[in-house]
Amino acid sequence: MKRRHFVVSLMLPFAARAQGFSSPADPAKWIAEITGGSTPEKTGIEIEMPQIAENGNAVPLHIRVASPMTSGDHVKAIHVFAERNPRPRVATFHLGPDAGRADITTRVRLGGTQNVTVLAELSGGRWRVAAQNVLVTTGACLDEGSL
Amino acid sequence: MIEGRLRVPGSVKAGEPFEVRVLILHPMENGFRHEADGREIPMHIVNRVACTYGGREVFSVDLGTGISANPYLVFFVRAGQAGELKVEWVDDKGERGSARALVNVA
Amino acid sequence: MWLSALFAAVTVASGIEYQSDAVKAMQADSFGNPGLLWVDRGAELWKQKCTGCHGDVASMKGAAARYPRHSPQLGRVVDLEQRIQACMPGLAWESRDLLGLTALVARQSNGIPISVDVSGPAASTHERGRSLYFERQGQLNLACTNCHDANVGKTLLSEPISQGQPADWPAYRLEWQSLGSLQRRLRACYFGVRAEMPAFGSDDLVALELYLAARAQGLAASVPGVRR
Repeated sequence: MKRRHFVVSLMLPFAARAQGFSSPADPAKWIAEITGGSTPEKTGIEIEMPQIAENGNAVPLHIRVASPMTSGDHVKAIHVFAERNPRPRVATFHLGPDAGRADITTRVRLGGTQNVTVLAELSGGRWRVAAQNVLVTTGACLDEGSL
Repeated sequence: MIEGRLRVPGSVKAGEPFEVRVLILHPMENGFRHEADGREIPMHIVNRVACTYGGREVFSVDLGTGISANPYLVFFVRAGQAGELKVEWVDDKGERGSARALVNVA
Repeated sequence: MWLSALFAAVTVASGIEYQSDAVKAMQADSFGNPGLLWVDRGAELWKQKCTGCHGDVASMKGAAARYPRHSPQLGRVVDLEQRIQACMPGLAWESRDLLGLTALVARQSNGIPISVDVSGPAASTHERGRSLYFERQGQLNLACTNCHDANVGKTLLSEPISQGQPADWPAYRLEWQSLGSLQRRLRACYFGVRAEMPAFGSDDLVALELYLAARAQGLAASVPGVRR
């Protein structure tokens, strides 16, 4: 077990700019699945994440979708997609007029340097999308053992 | 019971969105980790958090393994009158937790 | 001996200064610091088990700043975890309850400068800690001083090297996705140079903790810390 740790950790310097598990999943496919084919507008979403995340285990994510949040015009859901994570679907937030503001903050796991895509579903069948790239120096989802 | 903490402002203005903050104690095991002897640690995550105000759901989130351990959430709620804000969470084993706060509306 | 006096002349700075903005913000977050979930548990336990003798936890103000210290009752130098374990048997290292109580008590000394007594019965433990700090070990043949004095601020595997200060512990380490003790972090350092890790609660780890606390003289803690 010690030797295994030794070998794995010798590889860590090369994993330091972790590229995640394999080739990225295609956000376009995921978007089409959720929107049913509608093309989202590339406007009206602000994504706040650090440009560089030292540890992919807890990367702050702050999303703001511009919306009056009235019963006639509001954000219904916000979907988050991390293309290089082993499971790219990160979370779906369900809102509505009672939320008052389409403004959410959380902490996400990123398996490596990648684009994070945010898809917003608005009332009236409208969609918006935005993406942000994050450089991750130590990926999450790596097996760090129990040290 | 899954422990957690909740914070809302001391008092809010009627109809004005106010910030709700939640922090939940949970490992959010993604199923990719192993014990020292090589055994796989199975997936174990909080998969849903829901917020109700005065008994009506105003916000919820479906979480996956891409949400960090000890899930942290900040979102907004708008209230017309004073009431109880309750946040409930459940994990994939059916374990639950919740926190509540009385919201004073000025 | 002059070597350690030379290094002591450098201004002490907490490990938080060597973290990213996101980690700094997480530590400063008076609600969302993940370590607070353990502090909450500690507060519950305190109410149930500790108020009988100790009253309100505020009575612990300043106590953690003097640890590790020689305990006349126990006849040896102990760190805060061990002192709590002596008070309340059955609390395992890295258990939620021990971490919770340690973080709760340590927090009562936030902002108070670390000031440990290394005289008299603590002297030999302090000496042992000092010699460990300067001794090369492990397959990588490194001593603590090689990184934490000679190369502070430089990067190692994309991460800035800190001074190795003990303030802010117990801390929530992102890599562990959990709160952990200073001893857990020191064991990880031993692993880092590919040396045998001393057992939790071993004399060597306590000696090292005492030396680190003396080296950190004047540094104020901010518990729970957050680290990458």
